[in-house]
Amino acid sequence: MEDLSHLKHTPLHALHLSLGARMVPFAGYEMPVQYPEGVLKEHLHTRNAAGLFDVSHMGQIVIRPKSGSVADAALALERLVPVDVLGLQEGRQRYGLFTNAEGGILDDLMIANRGDHLFLVVNAACKDADFAHLRNGLGESCDVMMLPDRALIALQGPRAEAVLCELWADVASMRFMDVAEADLHDVTCIISRSGYTGEDGFEISVPADSAVDVAERLLEHPDVMPIGLGARDSLRLEAGLCLYGNDIDTGTTPIEASLEWAIQKSRRAGGDRAGGFPGADRILAELANGVARRRVGLRPEGRAPVRGGARLFADAEGKTPAGTVTSGGFGPSVDGPIAMGYVDAAHAENGTRLFAEVRGKYLPVAASTLPFVKQTYKR
Amino acid sequence: MLKFTEEHEWLKIEGDIATVGITGHAAGQLGDLVFVELPEAGATFSKGDSAATVESVKAASDVYCPLDGEVVEVNQAIVDDPALVNSDPQGAAWFFKLKLADPSAANALLDEAAYKELIG
Repeated sequence: MEDLSHLKHTPLHALHLSLGARMVPFAGYEMPVQYPEGVLKEHLHTRNAAGLFDVSHMGQIVIRPKSGSVADAALALERLVPVDVLGLQEGRQRYGLFTNAEGGILDDLMIANRGDHLFLVVNAACKDADFAHLRNGLGESCDVMMLPDRALIALQGPRAEAVLCELWADVASMRFMDVAEADLHDVTCIISRSGYTGEDGFEISVPADSAVDVAERLLEHPDVMPIGLGARDSLRLEAGLCLYGNDIDTGTTPIEASLEWAIQKSRRAGGDRAGGFPGADRILAELANGVARRRVGLRPEGRAPVRGGARLFADAEGKTPAGTVTSGGFGPSVDGPIAMGYVDAAHAENGTRLFAEVRGKYLPVAASTLPFVKQTYKR
Repeated sequence: MLKFTEEHEWLKIEGDIATVGITGHAAGQLGDLVFVELPEAGATFSKGDSAATVESVKAASDVYCPLDGEVVEVNQAIVDDPALVNSDPQGAAWFFKLKLADPSAANALLDEAAYKELIG
């Protein structure tokens, strides 16, 4: 057996073990990859009812402006992200990216306006670097704090609203990307209507010492099943969402990654606060002039999964390179193999036939739009 | 004669033909299978060569040829329905039949008691 003793535990670690989870190392934590039901059933249950995910390994960061005005924190953060943070209303959240001077992506994150401060959720593997980056960039005008004593529980799927309603009725009035504070049985939580599955759902930030209590209350509901990292990955892949470190990294720009929707008008050329973030020259030039390669969906024509790292070619003999797969596997809801990757612009159009190298064979795949499943967000 | 390998294959040996599959322990560790790729009948392998591939939602894994030999028959049923490997790994979900180059080489493989000890 693998030695997991050096890994960190989330507040739900003992609960995972009691539920029969298979634990694996992930981003320095010992995390559940699957429960006894298995990845396929967990995936389909999330799409059909509701799944509960422990995402407490992710970083939760508070940015509090020294002036007391959240606009000052927003403007300070805008120096690190190509995102309209100033225009983010109180009680709203949006997706963002930390960029570097070369226009690469340091991490992707969620940014919420909590009225008197900003609340960020960042990837586990990047959280220490993100925290240092924020302190360096914002330290003069803001207090930047990592919240070490909080868990993060995601409840995802078409039954998530009804389940959470039993603990907090007001949840029904939230729209996609709303953020609110709520008392779930006397436990003060921060709830956002968002997630990483393509389904309607919620992410619930809970004080660590109440995390088991909240998770158990949710799991008591017959519609809720615990879901491991295995299904989390297949769900996000079907939803066309990037995994940092696989699909985006410092070697990919937001435009190459087809994430230009995350750059609002105000930060683009001609906008009120155009540029002013790391790598702006390159990123704004790419927005204007296009890029040599784009992240696209890939649909293998056969049943064989095409995994991350597989090389793509324009021809069936593997002579003309056309790109690389960054994430790939089997989509249980699609009932077939799915993938995403970077493809030279000449081959990126929807429906273009490419060939993926798998075990010495060149398997036909079609460039495809993302996502592979219909998103069911409550807008 | 039933034999096992440390790579979690089982072999049911009748004369010089071995029917080969993966153990229930292996199938459980792999999780729900969604794709199986089998060799062609007529292919020859040495012991330890990758002879087949199984894929779960998460990952691809090799199935190794347990002894030297020639594939004489493959089980299309598990290609058509990979979940059969999870539901009946040591029965209906055999992978291929191997004509052994040297049937006596099977004696060196694990017997059932030794395999059970291996997986604890």
